[in-house]
Amino acid sequence: MSHDHHHHDHPHDNELDPFAARVKALETILTEKGLIDPAAIDAIVDTYETKVGPRNGARVVAKSWIDPEFADWLKRDATAAIASLGFTGRQGEHMQAVFNTEDTHNLIVCTLCSCYPWTVLGVPPVWYKAPPYRSQAVINPRGVLAEFGLVLPQETRIRVWDSTAELRYMVVPMRPAGTEGLGEDALAGLVTRDSMIGTGLALAPGSAAPADAGVGA
Amino acid sequence: MNGPHDLGGQMGFGPVAPEIDEPVFHADWERRALGVTIATGAFGAWTIDESRHARESLHPATYYSASYYEIWIRALEVLLARHDFVSFDELEAGHSISQGATPKRVLASGDVAAVLAKGAPCDREVSTPPRFRPGDRVRTINEHPPGHTRLPRYARDKLGVIEAVRENFVFPDTNAHGRGEAPQRVYTVCFDGRELWGQGADPALTVSIDAWESYLEPA
Repeated sequence: MSHDHHHHDHPHDNELDPFAARVKALETILTEKGLIDPAAIDAIVDTYETKVGPRNGARVVAKSWIDPEFADWLKRDATAAIASLGFTGRQGEHMQAVFNTEDTHNLIVCTLCSCYPWTVLGVPPVWYKAPPYRSQAVINPRGVLAEFGLVLPQETRIRVWDSTAELRYMVVPMRPAGTEGLGEDALAGLVTRDSMIGTGLALAPGSAAPADAGVGA
Repeated sequence: MNGPHDLGGQMGFGPVAPEIDEPVFHADWERRALGVTIATGAFGAWTIDESRHARESLHPATYYSASYYEIWIRALEVLLARHDFVSFDELEAGHSISQGATPKRVLASGDVAAVLAKGAPCDREVSTPPRFRPGDRVRTINEHPPGHTRLPRYARDKLGVIEAVRENFVFPDTNAHGRGEAPQRVYTVCFDGRELWGQGADPALTVSIDAWESYLEPA
């Protein structure tokens, strides 16, 4: 949001914008009281900035594309199947994988807040948490998809999953055509974050690496 | 509660704004906001439900004009004051004035990886059998509680079909207010787009929510 960028054009480089100062004050108070360890804050931030991201989910999808037994496990018990690849923890305690088909396209949203499968996708992008997406995804998903450049045939069923409880959803996009000879790593490179939210599709082979590739783990 | 957070089906917010090459954080304070929120959550003084309720209880004008981490921090200040860890005087002064409450635990940096990997599963044992089965037709209740609920307004008093019987989860409506976990069975309930949005709705649209058992009646 524009508000986040005020500091960029602030005339005094050494001054914090008012909200940055407010967060700094809060951290100072908590540290003075011994209620937080600043090194713990660093470790949390490092985890979500460099260790947990959409490359985790891409590995889950790629494995499901080449391993039918894994795909079946992912359908039946996504939490366990995903944990078998080492992706466990906060905001991934109860997972459900939803599979796109020729007939049905899945889209995930949290209309009430920002519920999102952190263990496989990292922390959510700003648009996922902001009112335009949360308000429109359940009433006009086709319009939302068009804003992402994804125009589906009118007959394609759209299934929206509103994350109103503690289940966290990931979309398993369809495997692109022409990928028969590709290995798991190459396939994972075709899986974008947006394709696992449902606002995009997996990339065709030969496409550039996804811009939202994020970080690996 | 019918708060500003309950956004499903609202109009007028403009187009979605995807950002090419979006960074994980847009400013350093957002990093600290995420970290402080998680670290203070580890106190064990409030639940995720209480923290969600603190966010949705912000004044609508504040909620809609705040960025997401700003919403988190404004709500966190309320929680810290409510539980006597930090006073509003201290927030105003920017420094500790008196000690305040002592949390059950303070998250040490060496424990971060294990705590994040463990998460906080919310499934609990419940002795009663599920009231509904896949394929059952249900109607959602029409209630507007002043406290926390996870039944969105657009899905109240609507006919749906049980698609899946899920685990028993802690009940947010009580847990958010310190009235216990009171776990219930959760179901995935599917609604036809036209049931939710009328005859003008996309005929190929299905929306599901995950509903606690007490949000549902047989139909």
